[in-house]
Amino acid sequence: MFIKPTKWTVMRGLILRDIDDLVIGSFGIVAFISFFVGGVVTIQTALNINNPLIPQYLVGFATRQSVILEFAPTFISIIMAGKVGSFITSSIGTMRVTEQIDALEVMGINSINYLVFPKTIALLLYPFLISIAMFLGVLGGMAACYYGGFTSVSDYIWGVQLDFIPFHLVYAFVKTFVFAFLLATIPSYHGYFMKGGALEVGKASTTAFVWTSVAIILSNYIITQLILS
Amino acid sequence: MIVVENLYKSFESAEVLKGISTTFEKGKTNLIIGQSGSGKTVFLKCLLGLFPYESGSISYNGKIYNDLSQSEQRKLRSKIGMVFQGGALFDSMTIGENVKFPLRMFSKKNNSEMEDRVHAVLKRVKLEDAYKKFPSEASGGMQKRVAIARAIVNNPSFLFCDEPNSGLDPKTAIVIDNLIQEITSEFNITTVINSHDMNSVMEIGQKIVFLKDGHKAWEGSNENIFKTDNEAVTNFVYSSELFRKVRRMYNEGL
Repeated sequence: MFIKPTKWTVMRGLILRDIDDLVIGSFGIVAFISFFVGGVVTIQTALNINNPLIPQYLVGFATRQSVILEFAPTFISIIMAGKVGSFITSSIGTMRVTEQIDALEVMGINSINYLVFPKTIALLLYPFLISIAMFLGVLGGMAACYYGGFTSVSDYIWGVQLDFIPFHLVYAFVKTFVFAFLLATIPSYHGYFMKGGALEVGKASTTAFVWTSVAIILSNYIITQLILS
Repeated sequence: MIVVENLYKSFESAEVLKGISTTFEKGKTNLIIGQSGSGKTVFLKCLLGLFPYESGSISYNGKIYNDLSQSEQRKLRSKIGMVFQGGALFDSMTIGENVKFPLRMFSKKNNSEMEDRVHAVLKRVKLEDAYKKFPSEASGGMQKRVAIARAIVNNPSFLFCDEPNSGLDPKTAIVIDNLIQEITSEFNITTVINSHDMNSVMEIGQKIVFLKDGHKAWEGSNENIFKTDNEAVTNFVYSSELFRKVRRMYNEGL
């Protein structure tokens, strides 16, 4: 990927375009899902607390832990494997089918560097998206409390602040960086090395989504085992 | 000039090119013709360096490609222009940006110099008004002309065209043929065209290499293709009644 890199003036434009396509373009769907899933987590937790000895602020605590530790980094990454992953595979795969990659190679351009490297760099901003997902997930929980009346907003906020361990954020963002790398490389591989026509582009996108999801789930398990246990 | 000597290429057990030797001359339109599956595209991709080959050699202006260092190979590739069968234009770029692309990658010109060159080349292929259009907004003939403009924008020494007339109506096909021939003589470049369009053979085939089952079965020009008795060539070229009539009239001096 790094042999004969693309000129910086060209690469800069490619990185900015990929940031727009992959990160900024995903903001809407990530915000929508995070807000409402955060609300659902809060409602489910509140409805399952029947024991009067369990304090109501636990709803905020459980929502925060769920959202920061698993929902935002892992669940959103699986969704992004579908959205961003299939976009990467289909765009690179279509370039393969229509000989655009051959055109780059004939010109003497390192096509992997030209196509994959900017996506990898653009997805370094992926943790920014996940941090927004964390914030909106917790906010969605608070909105559910306010409008659903499951617990008071002050109890919820107290629960969100309770026993906060900053290292959990480190763990979440370490995972996020690994997932970002997987999101950039696995779909790119499936698009770049695909063979065939339009039907195979669709199949490659599906295969890329499946393998990216599998890789995210497995690496999630390994990272959790290594960091938290 | 491109000299090919004893070129062999296989895909697993299937031998596709079986010892091809030929020369593609500078300033001429050289055509590779043959039936589907005869090895034309594989031959062209070997010439372009997209497919490695088992044995033999390809030399560009006296330099054997495989003997060059990686950086020398890349430098040589920047001297190659290629017109792909489907155009292979970059969908995300406008026509102007497509043509400008090789300059942005390899040239040391400043932006205004690059823009001037792009406009000059687009004017040469009669597309000066198409700068801001996207490839999807252009017709098949326009896309081929954009591909030609992109291929010549960096003043290449070698121009390769894979089926430049496929999918075009006969009138547009002749426009593309004539454009390629004019550019070849105007810039004195070595042009290699992969085609099975007999109109192209007759119009611009200054040097013709006929492939059959991975072998070079015949070579000559559009002048002496009328006179050849090579059965493989005559079966291919004169497969239609129209061309058989043309041949009879040519031989009778009509």
